[in-house]
Amino acid sequence: MTRVVVDVMPKRDLLDPQGKAVLGALPRLGFECVRDVRQGKRFELEVDGDVTEDRLAEVRRAAETLLSKPVIEDYTVRVEPE
Amino acid sequence: MRVGVVTFPGSLDDVDACRAIRLAGGDDVPLWHGDESLRDVDAVVLPGGFSYGDYLRCGAIARFAPVMNAVVAAAQSGLPVLGICNGFQILCESLLLPGALIRNDSRRFVCRDQRVRIERASTAWTAQYTAGEEVTLVLKNGEGGYVANSSTLEELEREGQVVARYLGPNPNGSMHEIAGICNGRGNVVGLMPHPEHAADDLCGAGTDGFRFFTSVLHAALSA
Repeated sequence: MTRVVVDVMPKRDLLDPQGKAVLGALPRLGFECVRDVRQGKRFELEVDGDVTEDRLAEVRRAAETLLSKPVIEDYTVRVEPE
Repeated sequence: MRVGVVTFPGSLDDVDACRAIRLAGGDDVPLWHGDESLRDVDAVVLPGGFSYGDYLRCGAIARFAPVMNAVVAAAQSGLPVLGICNGFQILCESLLLPGALIRNDSRRFVCRDQRVRIERASTAWTAQYTAGEEVTLVLKNGEGGYVANSSTLEELEREGQVVARYLGPNPNGSMHEIAGICNGRGNVVGLMPHPEHAADDLCGAGTDGFRFFTSVLHAALSA
């Protein structure tokens, strides 16, 4: 089994209210150095066997149809080193 | 005239939608998310709530429920479909309507009577309104901010696919103050405020929402 990680992030030019809420809370707790926060999702997919180009293409399709909504989110796919 | 109302796990407003349909003189037909068939209904309502716990994204899991295969196919061939609140989110996830709904810019759940302007009366669900008419519906959502890219917004405006717009201060950060949109044909309508909660004087914000349901009954009769 190989682990493939899909990161889904709200698009840059779109308001991210969750990130804003976290950003607002940090200084209240004394964390003063943070300038901006964006909050996304991380999916860890355990994939059968070796990760071939075909498998990766399949994961990308899953990322586009279910894991992310392309109108509002971007995703990246990477194979986690063993 | 049979109007189906889909219940997903986590739907909340299915019973109110059924009641509004009955008050309007239609027969409400409960549909289950696992159903493959729409039981010969003449129209479908996707009600509000938190289908599948809003996991992943609002409406993202519901979009793949068995009943949605039938809803998408029927909508594409002209069946009137109204998605309210979570139902609107499901319609966007299903790509029956463009754009998406994100968390309110205020980061607060909004629950209040909301003034909206009906922008388009030539849809299956708004035919008994007059374009430009101002009405009061009920808004209650945490993720009601309508967003789309600029070319989509331009097309919605150009083609007159904005069905309803918020009046007064923008309650949730929706682009172009959009409260509801329709597809090109006007049979599929997504609406963030709830007309089914404004269909009966006894327990709602007046009855301004009632005509969404009488509209579709007339549309079906004359079709």
